[in-house]
Amino acid sequence: MAETPLPYSEKVMDHFRNPRNVGVMENPSGVGKVGNPVCGDVMELFIKVENDIITDAKFRTFGCGAAIATSSMVTELVKGKSLEEALKISNKAVAEALGGLPPIKMHCSVLAEEALKAAIDDYRSKQQIAK
Amino acid sequence: MERIYLDYAATTPVHPEVVKVMQPYFYDKFGNASSLYSFGQEAKAALEESRQKVADFVGARPEEIVFTSGGSESNNTALKGVAFALRSKGNRIITSVVEHHAISEPCKFLAKEGFEIIILPVDKDGLVDPDAVRKALNDKTILVSIMHANNEIGTIQPIAEIGGICREKEVLFHTDAVQSVGHLPVRVSDLTVDLLSSSGHKFYGPKGVGFLYIRRGTKVKPLIQGGDQERRFRAGTENTAGIVGVAKAVEIAAAEMEAEGKQLAHLRDVLIQGLLKTVPDSRLNGHPAQRLPNNVNISFAYVEGESMLLNLDLEGIAASTGSACTSSSLEPSSVLLAIGLPAETAHGSIRFTLGKWTTRAQVDRVLDVFPKIVAKLRAMSPLYPGAKNG
Repeated sequence: MAETPLPYSEKVMDHFRNPRNVGVMENPSGVGKVGNPVCGDVMELFIKVENDIITDAKFRTFGCGAAIATSSMVTELVKGKSLEEALKISNKAVAEALGGLPPIKMHCSVLAEEALKAAIDDYRSKQQIAK
Repeated sequence: MERIYLDYAATTPVHPEVVKVMQPYFYDKFGNASSLYSFGQEAKAALEESRQKVADFVGARPEEIVFTSGGSESNNTALKGVAFALRSKGNRIITSVVEHHAISEPCKFLAKEGFEIIILPVDKDGLVDPDAVRKALNDKTILVSIMHANNEIGTIQPIAEIGGICREKEVLFHTDAVQSVGHLPVRVSDLTVDLLSSSGHKFYGPKGVGFLYIRRGTKVKPLIQGGDQERRFRAGTENTAGIVGVAKAVEIAAAEMEAEGKQLAHLRDVLIQGLLKTVPDSRLNGHPAQRLPNNVNISFAYVEGESMLLNLDLEGIAASTGSACTSSSLEPSSVLLAIGLPAETAHGSIRFTLGKWTTRAQVDRVLDVFPKIVAKLRAMSPLYPGAKNG
């Protein structure tokens, strides 16, 4: 097998090669879509929420290796967390969970954090409407 | 797993014959070519023999060949050297939007120094219109610099035609021939150029050495001042081993280039046709016919270049991308934007460049592996509208 290319950690490459929770969720509780194809990355995050707990998460991402790995990691990190806990997941926490990211790739982790916040916002606004 | 190198436009391996002829100049014949004694004189003799070979190869006189550290130095010397030599005559320099950074960055520098830089557009295939060059010429124009063949999309410019226009208007013409020397026929008289840049490591020579052709009588200020080497166009003790290596690379090219070009053009077309056929929503970038025999540049919609590159690397295949994600600028390739690609399409481009040791089996391996990579990435792309029959 080829050596790990670019300055990516083994964990990044693991999540890149075998991304967790890829796909579209049927009837999600919340969806967050962030990024811009012009900039080269778009992240779509789906969450299922039951009793304020995120029970499931899925994603689809157009982007580089770091964007795909951070998306995958954030879906793993949020599962089982309460919405309050999930909102505390920072981009740094996502990057750290991946064993770090090259400096020019840190913006990808920001995208993951934003996608999560957007999905939770979406869920909450739907709840408001339901009330 | 066999590693497959398909990034020959980035750099080529050094030909074993080149390594062989270079070796004595590191230890036995290490002398300084400026020294009077025999150690120096044998280096000097090798240097001048090499200069003759390079001159013959491009149809120049030996005294018109200046050895440099490579393509970037040759380009910088041509642009800044002419600009500062002819400053009293005028300040307009004409170039194109698809030039290598080793041209566009010195141009930005010269713009800050008060020169007027005219950047000509290209058409959808990446071609500069010679008529646009003619129209951009005025009595303040001191230099036109248009590349011979593009490093990203492989498009070959109508250099002879542009050269003819410049010669008629008595304006100096430079071409960055880094991608073409050793791959396409390059004769300075046919191309009607006054200056021409080349780099050794793009055609199986060593890195860190190249040359600049400077037509007799052309005024050029040196970038590097010091001793009298290279007729004062370029000071510094000559890189004898590297120069001997470039001369050998030129010799090999003279013997093998034509057959190699035919072979590569065939493999190139197999790869292009194969990828366009098996991967839906893909398009070839660059001129369909007027292109380097080894260049394949294709955009794949809905996927991003770096993630394709990483997947290829996991399969042992080395290629290159025009996506922003491999650069620190976060901007996609300016060449791909210049030929009219939307940014998101530019992000999804991959360049394969073939070379002397590329085989049909390697091309077939890419054709086997690559469509699966695109399919995998599309399946996780939120931009992908989905399978047409799904």
